[in-house]
Amino acid sequence: MINTLIGDIGHLSVIIAFVAAIVASYAYFMASRTTGADANSLNSWKRFARVAFYVHTAAVLVVIFALFNIIYEHRYEYYYAWSHSSNHLPVHFMISCFWEGQEGSFLLWIFWHVLLGVVLLNTGKKNKEWEAPVMAMFSFVQLFLTSMILGIVIGDMKIGSSPFILMRDFMPEAPAFALDPNFKPEDGTGLNPLLQNYWMVIHPPILFLGFAATLVPFAFAMAGLWQGKFGEWIRPALPWAHFAAVSLGIGIMMGAYWAYETLNFGGYWNWDPVENAVYIPWLVLVGAIHTMIAYRRSKHGLRASYILVIASFILILYSTFLTRSGILGNASVHSFTDLGLSGQLFTYLAAFAVLAIALLIFRWKKIPTTEKELTTYTGEFWIFIGAAVLCLAGFQVLTTTSIPVYNSFLGFIGIESNAALPADQIEHYTKFQLWAGVAIGILTGIGQLMWWRKADKSSFKDAITMPLMLTLLFASLVIILSNRFDVFDFKLDNPVYITLFVTSLFAVFANLSIILSLLHKKVSLSGGAVAHIGIALMLLGILFSSGYSNIISDNTSGLLYSREFPDEINRDNVLLWRNTDTDMDKYVVSYHGQFLEVANVPEYVNKEVLFRTRDEYTAIARADIKIDDKVYFKTGDTLELPNPENTYYEVSYKNRKSGETFVLYPRAQVNPNMGLLASPDIKSFATKDLYTHVSSIPDPNEEKDWGELKEHTLTMGDTIILNDYIAIFNGVEVIKEVPGVPLKAGDVAVQADMKILGEKKEYHAHPLLIFKDGMAGYYPEIIEDLGIRITFLNVDPASEQFTIGVNTSQKDYIILKAMEKPFVNILWIGTIVMSIGFIMAITRRNQEGGSKKVNTKPARKAEKAQVA
Amino acid sequence: MKKTHIIGIAIIAIAIMIIMSTAGDASTYVSFDEAIELAEDGSETKVHVVGRLKKDEQGHILGMEYDPLVDPNLFSFVLVDTNRYEQRVIYFNPKPQDFERSEQVVITGSMKNDVFVADKILLKCPSKYVEKEIQQTTTASM
Repeated sequence: MINTLIGDIGHLSVIIAFVAAIVASYAYFMASRTTGADANSLNSWKRFARVAFYVHTAAVLVVIFALFNIIYEHRYEYYYAWSHSSNHLPVHFMISCFWEGQEGSFLLWIFWHVLLGVVLLNTGKKNKEWEAPVMAMFSFVQLFLTSMILGIVIGDMKIGSSPFILMRDFMPEAPAFALDPNFKPEDGTGLNPLLQNYWMVIHPPILFLGFAATLVPFAFAMAGLWQGKFGEWIRPALPWAHFAAVSLGIGIMMGAYWAYETLNFGGYWNWDPVENAVYIPWLVLVGAIHTMIAYRRSKHGLRASYILVIASFILILYSTFLTRSGILGNASVHSFTDLGLSGQLFTYLAAFAVLAIALLIFRWKKIPTTEKELTTYTGEFWIFIGAAVLCLAGFQVLTTTSIPVYNSFLGFIGIESNAALPADQIEHYTKFQLWAGVAIGILTGIGQLMWWRKADKSSFKDAITMPLMLTLLFASLVIILSNRFDVFDFKLDNPVYITLFVTSLFAVFANLSIILSLLHKKVSLSGGAVAHIGIALMLLGILFSSGYSNIISDNTSGLLYSREFPDEINRDNVLLWRNTDTDMDKYVVSYHGQFLEVANVPEYVNKEVLFRTRDEYTAIARADIKIDDKVYFKTGDTLELPNPENTYYEVSYKNRKSGETFVLYPRAQVNPNMGLLASPDIKSFATKDLYTHVSSIPDPNEEKDWGELKEHTLTMGDTIILNDYIAIFNGVEVIKEVPGVPLKAGDVAVQADMKILGEKKEYHAHPLLIFKDGMAGYYPEIIEDLGIRITFLNVDPASEQFTIGVNTSQKDYIILKAMEKPFVNILWIGTIVMSIGFIMAITRRNQEGGSKKVNTKPARKAEKAQVA
Repeated sequence: MKKTHIIGIAIIAIAIMIIMSTAGDASTYVSFDEAIELAEDGSETKVHVVGRLKKDEQGHILGMEYDPLVDPNLFSFVLVDTNRYEQRVIYFNPKPQDFERSEQVVITGSMKNDVFVADKILLKCPSKYVEKEIQQTTTASM
């Protein structure tokens, strides 16, 4: 029976949330008036607005409950559940289903805004002062966001796309609904297999938390402009700006790690527009934090703070527009499908861009500035340069990522444009981003030293000597070791890379020296230094893992085109025959067959041991499943396969020099909608990762060509040659039970026993012959390792002669790509260090922002004293 | 004030450099005719070409060659661009698995000695949603 109630509740709640957001915006706007209203009226407007915002909050929570209920209860009468979920999906991936679709991800974003709004309403006395104008911005944003999932049609105009649409309304032409309007599909079409990964449960919420958190500093900035409190907003907004930056930063890096682990482009960053769209606002936001901090100390850079805070929020909206409007078209592999919301998204972007920029221009003259000139020996000066570098780096990515937008825009005004993204994106972005990294390395070092020292030449010289010496010492050591003594897998001899290496090292040592000097004063102040070390480590990790990424699966066979295109060819993939050793770089590699995941067995299980049943998710054990003498399942047991669509290819590596061996299981699945989805398996060493993935397999949908059937008539103990292997016929036995085939009285099952001597080991084949209801049934045995299929054809009881049929085929193979990524761990460690630094800074800035002015003054004096 | 001005000018100069380099690096969508012209002029610029696979009346793909047993890193096919010009394309990588099902193919690369050497292939497959609808109707009618 279909349940329309839950959807109606959900849809109604969306409408309530939308209306409540309108009411709250208006009421907060009325409460924010600075002229022509008495305090009483303002207060009553504020109370009313607060009620409206809480109604909005409650409605949003109901919407989320309704949508999750639809997914959790497998209510496939709803399109959202049907297209994003399926019966076999575990609960934690149902959470991912929730935000796989565009509507759900909007909902997630809305949820975080609501939550942050409630937090702002209930914490900090300072926030109360700001409540009306800040929450007016919040409610206004919520108005736009809830409209995206409204799903209302007025005339010809569709407003929003509802997640609560029923199947029969989504595809009314489907014959099923003509026969029975209450038809409900049995199963959903499932979650995109690439998203069935634990990182995808947690990455989107954190990223969207970052998205949502950028609204807080923006709302404070707008409130400051609006109410004429030009400088005061910085203090409460600063911890939030940190919070937004760290959430976005962690979100981005989680996405990068997911890509590294799940996709197979061979890295963590692909300069895909979807990635760039978050990277750009992050850079600008980090720039904004710097100018805000400078303002807090010396009243410099207020205008810059306004510009950057506003820009970071507008860029978030722009990135939403880019990824969701379908404008990227061919340029991106993983943007959302176009829901026809581009007009609405553009309105959202334009409304806030116009509002913010107009307000800024209108108030520009009134924003206070200081006339004091900044000398080169102040931290602030270097902070501004740093912010400028960050913004320029963001600007480069923005100009390039927007190429599809220029095409659309020119097309819109009638000029045909055929510009495409650069053919070599990595080269294009790197040639600027690398130098931005160098500049950031130098600036974090110098800027931080200046910031914490007295502002004069000699004191700075004292401060910089130690880190500089350590840098030169350590850098020369690494360069010599890598070039002369081959300590690493690469030679650090590229001058550009050396520059980045040295500057990043300098940033690490300079910031370390600051932490050391703060240790015996006030450690809580060192958040900035810690975060900067994190960034420098990330730069080092990126430098080594990407700059010296090395493909080791060079192919030496197959030289068909090499004479014609000698410089063109990167033979990056190698073909591995099953059970045949192949030399690859310093390893001997060998492919050993296809494995599956079995519930309650700690390792993957070879497909040959599994008798697959009609139900994809169960199999019967054909032999005992044991690992290290522990038997997990006995022959004939029914096994549960949690992920039957994923095949794991066992690839063993042996280091020729050290003799060290290890086994990797790169994964692949042939998806009917998406082709071969291959995910790597990664072996981590202290100095590098070995990254291995399958790049092609024989098409599993194509029937294997088994060649001609050859018959052999044998008696017990005969020896024959099969496909170049010696095979011994041990005899036959009558068996009572056949897994998966019920036998009645009068049915006979006979099993032949053959031993085949392979190159590496013996194989036992047990082809079955079953006489059931007067019919013969053949259950051949396939030995994939040898490419042999043995069918038990006939028994002649009189002469004790047995007939078997043998087909041979090409052996199984995979095509493999493997590469080494030196020191990629430093990137992940750097990310964690950076996050810790940010969290330290949030705690500190929060204490500062929450306490009253009277209290902070001495504290700030103390800080200055330490600085001096 | 002077210092601020110098920095301002430097920022603007870098911004202009960025725009110029983006304009310089940006590739273009072209037809094979133009790609051939470019190569004849000695240009090494890589371009984007949008096309479809060559198919016979039954919808079988023609001219596609991939034999991993001979060379797993060589895949070659015939692409028909929007001007219906047929061009052999080679790609020094394994064949993308869902290649046959693609409706539209975007390749990046350049012409070399009568063949187009692609270093990137982007497939546009029929929309996930259309596919789902078909599946739905067949299961529903059962």
